[in-house]
Amino acid sequence: MKFSNLMTSAGEWLRGEGPHHQIVISSRVRLARNLCNRAFPGWAKKAERTAILELIRPRVEKLPEMQDSFSESLQDLSALDKQVLVERHLISREHAAKSAGSAVIMNRRQTLSIMINEEDHLRMQSMRSGLQLKQAFKLLDKIDTALEAELEFAYDQKLGYLTACPTNVGTGMRASAMLHLPGLVLSELINQVVQAVSKIGLAVRGLYGEGTEAMGNLFQISNQTTLGEKEDEIIARLTKVIETIIEKEHDARQVLIQKKSNTLWDQIGRAYGVLTYAHAMSSKEALNLLSIIKLGVDLGAFPEDKRLPIDELFIDTQPAHLQKMSQQKLNAEERDHLRAQIIRTRLKVLPKPDISKLVKEAGDGSEPTPTEQ
Amino acid sequence: MLCDVCKCNDATVFLTQIIEGKMQKVNLCDACSREKGVQDPTGFALADLLLGIGAAEEIEKGSSTQRCLVCGFTQADFKKTGRLGCSTCYTTFTEALTALLKAMHKGTSHVGKVPERAHRVGELNDRMRNLSESLQKAVAEENYETAASLRDQIKQLESELAG
Repeated sequence: MKFSNLMTSAGEWLRGEGPHHQIVISSRVRLARNLCNRAFPGWAKKAERTAILELIRPRVEKLPEMQDSFSESLQDLSALDKQVLVERHLISREHAAKSAGSAVIMNRRQTLSIMINEEDHLRMQSMRSGLQLKQAFKLLDKIDTALEAELEFAYDQKLGYLTACPTNVGTGMRASAMLHLPGLVLSELINQVVQAVSKIGLAVRGLYGEGTEAMGNLFQISNQTTLGEKEDEIIARLTKVIETIIEKEHDARQVLIQKKSNTLWDQIGRAYGVLTYAHAMSSKEALNLLSIIKLGVDLGAFPEDKRLPIDELFIDTQPAHLQKMSQQKLNAEERDHLRAQIIRTRLKVLPKPDISKLVKEAGDGSEPTPTEQ
Repeated sequence: MLCDVCKCNDATVFLTQIIEGKMQKVNLCDACSREKGVQDPTGFALADLLLGIGAAEEIEKGSSTQRCLVCGFTQADFKKTGRLGCSTCYTTFTEALTALLKAMHKGTSHVGKVPERAHRVGELNDRMRNLSESLQKAVAEENYETAASLRDQIKQLESELAG
């Protein structure tokens, strides 16, 4: 598969309709693995890195899950292409900085991405729409088992899987979910939630920015430790906490509708006005306003079938995606201009917010029922 | 304010993360934040960075001339990068790492997935232990016929383990 083919469709994790997809944008699990007695990528000389790559790569490519995959050496990808992959969360920023001796292999659906010679010899990542950490792990576990039949992974009876950084030793697993929490941010409850979650060994941070400054009201929650707890226990604990946060977000939205409806409709109206008329827009402003429109869709102010074009704008208005689309290098001012233009064009299909349809939010995923105004 | 990592440039990136109720702050300059992947929303945890720095101090207590036999990595290298050289480094620097891992993680022993290979070795080792015990018992009871059979089984198991 070519890079151009990869570009034409958004990852399935973005367009999918997983459980709790209104609030949980995506679930991802990654496993770190290393070959036994070989220098970790950060310490290995170029020749050894290349040898390791040549050992691992064909085995990953022939996995049944990797049929029709995109497989590329990092040295053969342009800086812009790498950046596009970073914006899609398919490779890490650290991996994007790599060149000779590193590679990435991902499936067409963009639900599985395997980095070779990132910080560890193998970083395997599985992405799903909505809250599906268990399913994401199940797939990775299967792939890990298939690979370990042919590759001897560094494993210690006491410490488990050995990784370049001691923070990943044990399971080598990091499970995370990306949550959209505008209700908790607007009602200023987010810091309370962040603090509570941090107390139980999980980490929460703004996807772009910190705390209430988080851009687009997007937050990532993940396990912090990898030693001394089983994979499925970590995932069960994380899932339970996320379910609680989803509940809190719904509660916060209810309270906003009941007590601060004017503020809420004002925010949605302003976001709509600015997005459909602005001619220059920074990435930060775009994410924040799109977040409010997304909330509007959840609450029934915009038709449900306009959800996908809005979700896609979250990714498509990122700097590298803009430059890839316009096929030229753009400075910040040009990007802001193009970003506003793309948003205006795409949002032409979006009708004005319909206050009469604004409803008291029912449970997640259920059809909103109209109420009398 | 100076960057916590290079300690020469002015810090421009200020991070706060709360883990287990403990607030951790770190200030970085633009170059170091980029290098440490702080702007990477997918891979970064403040703990990694902080532990990288703290780890260096922890490790310094040990002998600094020690070198990993497999990859030639030293404790000074760990101090610089916060990453280890190869899987054998965990054995080489076990003393310094034990305290570090204890502070970093929920437990000190792995309880999760065991690779098939290690699982098999574990099982063979268990069987070997049982056979050895039986053999000692058989010899003590002067049950030489059983002992001979056990000895043969042990020999076969040894070759399996070697292979």
